[in-house]
Amino acid sequence: MHTRLTRLLVAVSACALATSALAEDVKLGVVQSTSGGSAALYGTMQKNGAELAAAEINASGKLGDIKLVPVHQDDAGDRGQTVNIFQRLINQDKVKVIFGPTLTTSAFAADPIANAAKVPVIASSNTAPGVPAIGEYIFRTSAPEAAVFPGVLAYAQKRYSPKTAAQIYGIDDVLMKAAYGVHKAALDKAGIKVVATETFQKGDVDYSAQLTKIKAANPDIIVVGGLAEETANIVRQARQLGIPQTTVFLGANAAISTKLADLAGPAAEGFLVGSGWFIDFDSPLNKAFVEAYKAKYGSSPDTFAAQAHAAVTIFADAVKRAGGVSDPAKLRTAIADTKDLDTVLGPFSFDNDREPVLAAKVLELKDGKFQLAPVK
Amino acid sequence: MTTFLQQVVNGLSLGSIYAVFAIGCTLIFGVLNIVNLAQGAFFMVGAYLGLEVALLGLPLPLALAVALVGGGLLGMASELLVFRVLRMRGGHKWMGLVASLALARLLVGLAQEIFGTAVHGYPPSSLTAMVWEVGGVRVQLLQVIVVVTAVVLMAILGFTLQKTSMGRAIRTVAFSEDVARIVGVEVGRTILATFFIAGALAGAAGVLLGLLFNVVSPFMGEHMLVKGLTVIILGGLGNIPGAVAGGFLLGLVEVFSVAYVSSAFRDAIGFGLIFLILLVKPTGLFSGFEERRA
Repeated sequence: MHTRLTRLLVAVSACALATSALAEDVKLGVVQSTSGGSAALYGTMQKNGAELAAAEINASGKLGDIKLVPVHQDDAGDRGQTVNIFQRLINQDKVKVIFGPTLTTSAFAADPIANAAKVPVIASSNTAPGVPAIGEYIFRTSAPEAAVFPGVLAYAQKRYSPKTAAQIYGIDDVLMKAAYGVHKAALDKAGIKVVATETFQKGDVDYSAQLTKIKAANPDIIVVGGLAEETANIVRQARQLGIPQTTVFLGANAAISTKLADLAGPAAEGFLVGSGWFIDFDSPLNKAFVEAYKAKYGSSPDTFAAQAHAAVTIFADAVKRAGGVSDPAKLRTAIADTKDLDTVLGPFSFDNDREPVLAAKVLELKDGKFQLAPVK
Repeated sequence: MTTFLQQVVNGLSLGSIYAVFAIGCTLIFGVLNIVNLAQGAFFMVGAYLGLEVALLGLPLPLALAVALVGGGLLGMASELLVFRVLRMRGGHKWMGLVASLALARLLVGLAQEIFGTAVHGYPPSSLTAMVWEVGGVRVQLLQVIVVVTAVVLMAILGFTLQKTSMGRAIRTVAFSEDVARIVGVEVGRTILATFFIAGALAGAAGVLLGLLFNVVSPFMGEHMLVKGLTVIILGGLGNIPGAVAGGFLLGLVEVFSVAYVSSAFRDAIGFGLIFLILLVKPTGLFSGFEERRA
């Protein structure tokens, strides 16, 4: 009796071992800043979004025996560290894909390494021009500024008919400098005169000198090229300096964060921004995502969490179509061929330049929340 | 003209925070001749202590008091656990510098763990929202509070240094530790008291900056440390009136370089000024105190 039980146990555990040996672990590099100032805000959201998506896909059994194993590394928003982490993930951990990095500056430094090693990179927060142009293996789910801002400006023109604008942007951040260029081009094209151009730097907290100058130029709208925390304080200080609520602020895609409303309070009411996603986006997949995110992390997801979630969804779909991860070229083509895939961002495709194709939405900050801007 | 006056208001409120922080730095760096790079971290911890008190719904003066005491105790702890130990073991001055850098990193790391990396703001209140408009110039109640608090803190410090036995002891130690011992000053205790004052000023500056600009983050101390060092060079090492004047001067220079040159050149002008002063007047703009301070 006793020996029979033992034998049975041995047989059962052997079976268990056999199945786990059959299951294939696919390592996903998740390079997101979870420390290092402003970047950490975006990085943490994306790490959460990516890990949630991987867990959901594993639980669904969609990929059969393939199990997605996220390996997170924090680059602290420092591109030197990003480069080291990319090398380690590719050469030691043998990851099959990298999600990230958080900052565009880091992407320009580290993505070429992954491209050379034929490891696909799917970014979910880099929005500056030129990121996928780094190479054939570089993709992104984050709608670039150039894809969303003209829509926002067109909306503002329809609703407020501005004649003049002021611009303020972060001069030492690749993303914000690029956003400035996109904003400027869109303003010029729309025939809106730029009456003041000001800059700030990372770590600045006092924008009063720049805003006093802007106030003196009396623009109809103010366009900010800044991250959420910077933008929040710029808007707040502008109101304190007496720039009226009727002077509407337009922001960069990167400013979309619940932190903006938290820090700026009522000063940011009416703030306009373009996005590929928003929390009340009405699709069953998105609703389930928001619920699951809240349940797991105890806070609401933001655009970056959603874009990271979509990135992992896209990868998993590509793995399925490519029949595994053994052939990097096949996997890359499968990712590039993504067409109208149902994601939390809505139907998602890549264009020939590996840029996301999705419907951008104009959002307005109202009652402390980003909402679809009312159509008038 | 209104724009000019508005910029003066902007510069003075920024400068008053620089001044409070820089006095603490100049006491340690210049008067005691100790390089303590953890001052920036004390500033950050002070901002968080004040924030926690404010979030409990307690009044702002209490938040400031907690930051003062908390920053001061941290300063004392750094002397007792780091600098004194190194001095007693005959460590080189540079070892204190490196140790203080490590201490700063440790505090930043702890703050990241406890409070997270996201920027926090002080809770809004009727007090923080109040603004006056005088002839087109907007003055916030907060700016007035910050400047007045800064001036009061500086006055208390000036009185302490000039009129109290503790102040005399600090000035004697600054002149020479040996002389201080000969005339019966308790050197260890005096240094400890100086560390308390410097830490307390850093902590208070943290609350003032956090309040005025609505920004509290684990990394806020690093930028401030650079500003503090700039100011004490401007004002002359160990020169307290110099640090006050230097603080206001840096605030005004930063604001006016944005206002009349370009925001892109702000730091270039600020630091260019340092080079210029170091070349023309290496002892700082307000030198003279160096000889008088004993």
